[in-house]
Amino acid sequence: MTATSANAIVNGRSGTGARRSKGWSPRTESTLRIVAPISFGLLVLGIWQLLVTVGGVDDYLLPSPTSIVAELVEFWPAVVSATVLTGTNSLLGLLVGSLVGIVLAAIAARWRIADQMSAPIVAALAVVPIVALAPVLNSMFGADSQFGRQAIAAIASFVPIFINTLRGFRQTKPVHRDLMKAYAANSGQMLRSLTLPTARPFILTGIRIASSLAVISALVAEYFGGPRGGLGSLIATSAASSAYSRAWAYVGASIALGLLFYLATLALERLVLRRVPTGGSR
Amino acid sequence: MTATRNDKRGEVAVRLEKPSGAVANPARSRLLAGFLWGIAGVVSIALLWEGYKFFGPDNGVLIGELRVLPRTTDLAMPHLWDMMVRLAEPVTRADGALPLWAVVALAALLTLGIAAAGWAVGVVVGVGFALLMQRWRLAEFGLLPWIVISQTVPLIAFAPVVKSWGSRVEIGSFEWQDWMSVALIASYLAFFPITVGALKGLQSPDRIHVELFETYASGYWSTLKKLRFPAAVPYLLPALRLGAANAVIGAVVAEVSTGLQGGIGRLLIQFAGQASGDPEKAWGPIFGAIILGLVAAGSVALLGIILKDYRRTEEAA
Amino acid sequence: MSDQILNSAALTEAQRTAGDMDAAAVSVRGVNKQFQTATGVVHALEAIDLTVSAGEFVSLIGPSGCGKSTLMRLIADLDDPTSGELTVFGKTTTQARLDQDYGIAFQQAGLLPWRTVAANVALPLELHGVASAARRARVADLLDMVGLTEFADRFPDQLSGGMQQRVAIARSLAEQPRLLLMDEPFGALDEMTREKMQTDLVRIAADTGAAVVFVTHSIPEAVFLSDRVVVMSPRPGRISQIVPMRLNAVAGREDRSDNLREESSFFEMVTEVREALHGGAADGTADEPRGARGVDTR
Repeated sequence: MTATSANAIVNGRSGTGARRSKGWSPRTESTLRIVAPISFGLLVLGIWQLLVTVGGVDDYLLPSPTSIVAELVEFWPAVVSATVLTGTNSLLGLLVGSLVGIVLAAIAARWRIADQMSAPIVAALAVVPIVALAPVLNSMFGADSQFGRQAIAAIASFVPIFINTLRGFRQTKPVHRDLMKAYAANSGQMLRSLTLPTARPFILTGIRIASSLAVISALVAEYFGGPRGGLGSLIATSAASSAYSRAWAYVGASIALGLLFYLATLALERLVLRRVPTGGSR
Repeated sequence: MTATRNDKRGEVAVRLEKPSGAVANPARSRLLAGFLWGIAGVVSIALLWEGYKFFGPDNGVLIGELRVLPRTTDLAMPHLWDMMVRLAEPVTRADGALPLWAVVALAALLTLGIAAAGWAVGVVVGVGFALLMQRWRLAEFGLLPWIVISQTVPLIAFAPVVKSWGSRVEIGSFEWQDWMSVALIASYLAFFPITVGALKGLQSPDRIHVELFETYASGYWSTLKKLRFPAAVPYLLPALRLGAANAVIGAVVAEVSTGLQGGIGRLLIQFAGQASGDPEKAWGPIFGAIILGLVAAGSVALLGIILKDYRRTEEAA
Repeated sequence: MSDQILNSAALTEAQRTAGDMDAAAVSVRGVNKQFQTATGVVHALEAIDLTVSAGEFVSLIGPSGCGKSTLMRLIADLDDPTSGELTVFGKTTTQARLDQDYGIAFQQAGLLPWRTVAANVALPLELHGVASAARRARVADLLDMVGLTEFADRFPDQLSGGMQQRVAIARSLAEQPRLLLMDEPFGALDEMTREKMQTDLVRIAADTGAAVVFVTHSIPEAVFLSDRVVVMSPRPGRISQIVPMRLNAVAGREDRSDNLREESSFFEMVTEVREALHGGAADGTADEPRGARGVDTR
């Protein structure tokens, strides 16, 4: 905490400038919010094209968008079946992870001991590379099984769902609990009319966060062996055989899959929460 | 992996670390109880493993074709104590071979180093982006949606492609090393949560504080130093911890997909290949990876202890 | 009727300014402030004229929405007027801010939670490059003045609301400003603490000789503290009347104490300000009949 330089006063103008430049009207602001990201995206795409066509960047460094699309068309059936395979693994993982996460969080919210016992395990799961389990899961469940990937997707999605749900179950306000108590509500009624509605937005946020994780984990688990045919293993084999445009085509498919999962869970969240607009803040 | 995730994961750590500030005796005994129950939780997982191995059918539990519970043979589920014993034994039968744990530890150290390099790059780039977006709202409008979207797509899929980039880069005497590809992928994963966390943190000062600094005619840099960065600490720490965890994951996966030798990712694959003859050996690098993740996240948590004065609001909340 | 009052107020202002131009701590001339909102334009301030002399204690009082806080923010250069002219010690408000001619305190203490009490008070000194030895001495003086010496190493979350506010006031005094701007600084405090802080503030202002612009919505507070009370009315925000306090006829400002709160002159002034407030609201915006409120002797 040494004294700052005396030019703080000299620099004062910049602070003023920053404040006053924010004077956009609400309309300008909402326009900019849409225009700015689109123009940035187009800018990047343009630079990419320019690099490849004019700059003469080699195909193995950065294939042009057109060659990627060409590969996508040529290998369309393989892309679709790979996306379906990885997508199924991710979806199963997400479903199981959600279910287990919500049930365990309910138990941890109800019994303090369960919370204390699970805390270190969940904290550890949040920071360790779960994909490392892939090889042993393959030998536990059989090398021809997709189960290892599904299990990894499930564990990866379990973490944010458990944490969010537990947090959601803890959001009920004392005044509401007192009210329910004054109504002599039993624990079932309490759960139905207070705890669950309060926790709902948190659960859905957890699922949305988990959706992308499930896809990433299922895909990455394929790098660790097991049956071929998913997006991850196809990206790896294409890159290994120097078919970079094809690798990029599969990368594109995996981006689409990740976005699909994210948007689907986002839509679910919006749909459910629209009916209970203030679910989180009451 | 959206903005909220920082907080959610951060929450766990906060909850675990919270008692550190309390000195009263009841708080301490509660901490001790929590610690003991935590151990009980870990032990119960071990009991579950051994219990299922003892009672479960050899071929696992199948519903139709799908095996929903694993096989319980020693090949599929070795005894925990066998795994521990195996860690102490030499890695191969060759003379002078190091014990398994030492090999795993060396590999984990290498991976930790690569992940740390990636994390550092991720911190610089992430905080840089956050500063940019905090300073100019137009930059926030233009970049943030892309950053959020990019968190939802499995960009780690790029890993095999990045290696091919690296092998072509040669600038003067500088030659791109394979480990740099791995660090690059690690930094790529670390950068996202750090950007989002740092931006949230830099934007977190209350209006009243911002105006106070304005009345002091405080310039951009001194406001940054005295207000925005200190206020960002509670947001930055979970982001940095998540970034560290992501860097480790990225490094492990990138080692596998780029085929880099010497790291823990390579060991995972290599020892899994030998699992049919030596099933316990495959678990060595897994324990290594778990400890690696804990060490990486724990180092950042240490940072949180040093910066505890900047987290008072967080503890009070 | 309100025009008449306005004119007479403007006249006094003009006279005051003519008399002592250089000494004017704050001069506001024909200031208008409009805000652009989603529902249209809001006239926050209209045709404001006000002069605060050096060393003078002026309170701004009025119902919510009368623009009293906005006026203070304009003086502090936290916002720009739509039209009109503001000067602080004869400079533009921006220059006055850059020169650190004023200290400011808000309704919330606004202490930085990661800094100790002493470090919070030292913040402006630190930002303006005061050497650390001088800084320590000054902080010790200030904490002594607000009676918080023992709490120098505590953190804000370990203090009560009143203590936090005292730290904020010490901070606003750190650079010995000739002008203090205070936006309802005691608004969030309980009654007992509030009265004590008022007494302290009167003493501090007298000791330092600083001019004070004090925003409040409490009539007794304004009366107790001020040399003049500026009564404002809302929609659009205007000055409806300026009431000079005749308390200091008996006692100098530094001699004001809690006894004053029980003197008849105090109640007379409270009544006068209240009538000015209600009179200002009489042209269409009164929501309660006159006299319906009891004597608010806060």
